[in-house]
Amino acid sequence: MKNRLLQKIRDVQKEKGKLFCAFITLGYPDLKSTEQLILEFEKLGVDIIELGIPFSDPLADGPTIQFSSEFALRQGVSLLDAFHLVSNLRLRGCKIPILCFSYLNPIYHFGIKAFPQKARQSGFDGLIIPDLPPEEEKNLQKECRRHEISQVFLVAPTTRPERASQIARSSSGFVYYVSLRGVTGARQVSASNLSREFNKVQKVIKQPLLIGFGISSPEQGRALSRLAQGVIVGSAIIDAIRSSNHQIAPAILFVEKMLRAVKERTRAVSSRN
Amino acid sequence: MNKTLPDHLGHFGIYGGRYVPETLFAALEDLDRAYRLIRKEKKFQEELKYYLTHYAGRPTPVYEAKNLTEHFGRARIFLKREDLCHTGAHKINNAIAQGLLAKRLGKKRIVAETGAGQHGVASATIASVLRLQCVVYMGAEDIERQSLNVYKMKLLGAEVRPVNSGSKTLKDATNEAIRDWVTNVETTHYLIGSVVGPHPYPVMVRNFQSVIGIEARQYFQKSLKHLPDYLLACVGGGSNAIGFFHPFLKDRKVQMVGVEASGEGIHTLHHAAAMTMGSPGILHGMKSYLLQDKNGQVQLAHSISAGLDYPSVGPEHSHLKDTGRVRYETATDKEALEGFRMLTEMEGIMPALEPSHAIGFLPRLMPKTQKGQRVLICLSGRGDKDIETIRKHFL
Repeated sequence: MKNRLLQKIRDVQKEKGKLFCAFITLGYPDLKSTEQLILEFEKLGVDIIELGIPFSDPLADGPTIQFSSEFALRQGVSLLDAFHLVSNLRLRGCKIPILCFSYLNPIYHFGIKAFPQKARQSGFDGLIIPDLPPEEEKNLQKECRRHEISQVFLVAPTTRPERASQIARSSSGFVYYVSLRGVTGARQVSASNLSREFNKVQKVIKQPLLIGFGISSPEQGRALSRLAQGVIVGSAIIDAIRSSNHQIAPAILFVEKMLRAVKERTRAVSSRN
Repeated sequence: MNKTLPDHLGHFGIYGGRYVPETLFAALEDLDRAYRLIRKEKKFQEELKYYLTHYAGRPTPVYEAKNLTEHFGRARIFLKREDLCHTGAHKINNAIAQGLLAKRLGKKRIVAETGAGQHGVASATIASVLRLQCVVYMGAEDIERQSLNVYKMKLLGAEVRPVNSGSKTLKDATNEAIRDWVTNVETTHYLIGSVVGPHPYPVMVRNFQSVIGIEARQYFQKSLKHLPDYLLACVGGGSNAIGFFHPFLKDRKVQMVGVEASGEGIHTLHHAAAMTMGSPGILHGMKSYLLQDKNGQVQLAHSISAGLDYPSVGPEHSHLKDTGRVRYETATDKEALEGFRMLTEMEGIMPALEPSHAIGFLPRLMPKTQKGQRVLICLSGRGDKDIETIRKHFL
């Protein structure tokens, strides 16, 4: 079967549209809700799902995702639940591209060789590991290619241009641009502060760049998606669930608003050109 | 062997490396470059030597523990007295060197993690003398266990930030220090306290701590005309042990034993024996032996000594374990307490609970030694900080 992520990116690029990627933590507030969120997001027109595997030591994450991870871990959620959940969704006809977002250790423990194959069988399309630079675990890259799992790498504002283009060469589908120095979490990242460093990186990278970390309002989403080819929103979605006593409806409403802002057609010239 | 380790990306065999968020990558490269430059500079070496000598009190003596020797009736027992260093442990060796390095990098602020508080106190101390701003992350649970050191850090002008995430101990304090560093990477140097973390930290901290082994080796060669037969040291993250072992690695006849903390016993859930009971994994930017569950989640470590309460270990130790060059054993909380009692009562030296694990292993090591052989123990710190814990066990 074709890789849904690559297909989706091609489709959206053909229409000169923007990509919206939603991050949620597996098993927060519970596995049933995770499944519902993915189905609802697909209905709304979200382009990509990043499914976060909870980890005991999420050192790239701020308080929000630390909270959702600890919450899910207390219920015993693991990588195996992710395989199970995604293959179930695929059986039910869910077609949205799903990336596995996991710290390296759970994957390493499952097996560098075994993981990509199992992920593909379950219906994952890609993999993002926030604590894995392309220099390490080359075997994982090989296995991912073999099983058509798109491995997405990250570029940060501190990444030097030569390195950024090297990272992009290892990255499949798109490149994840970390919007700020710091951990994940809803904050005031603005397009004007970002654009200088971002443009330097944009110049040396051919693939689409998606901006993530710190995006929490539709206005930010709108501004940043004009700068890049799309945005990734995570902590703000988790916050919407957390602040409504673990109800998922407010998160769906929030994503709908974000999506509208990001997808809005304007005559503004894309910074790409 | 080992002269080429680690490789340029910090690998010791399959261990080590740089498993960090991309934001930190440039900072690690800068640090690596600066460190490699600086270590060859005469000026830096002289400055470091000055502080180690006149500020920290080096070289530390080697003391022959004659009463302890007589008690076992086998090999002669010697102690490398790191407990006599300024601030009471070997941690100051690394803190001084990294403090000077931070200054040279133009950083005005240091962050550190601490478990027992020894590295926190050493960092706060060096920040005070070098006029750097200092923030120490410490697990909320450890803050309670080590209130004396918390107070000392505050007196020294450091800010101690309690960490309430995860298990509220050293592992979580390390996560939080890394998060701070990711956020403030341009102004801040992360002063790691052990031979752990991403490259270049394990090799850099090892080299800074190697002064322990270099001094000990010189002493034995010059004064005793013979190298020790056994080296014995406790291993948590493993900085005292690697600094002690490393200068002897090529001396094939010197046997080395690292002692991990087995808490309430390796077959319980309450221990910190990462190499004895763990398997390779990735935490805090490195690959090394790691205590983890069947899903690859990091398990909590336990030890009576907060300084050994860490679920992983320096990557070079993992490599030395696999190659067999160093033997790794364990001592329980109870054995450590017994070690503390022995040294206090027989030699009038109160060891910290960390090296008490090495002393506590003597009853198992000594019967295998012979008269005329020499056992050298790294006494990495003094016991003042642990008196409250000890009071609960001995009346």
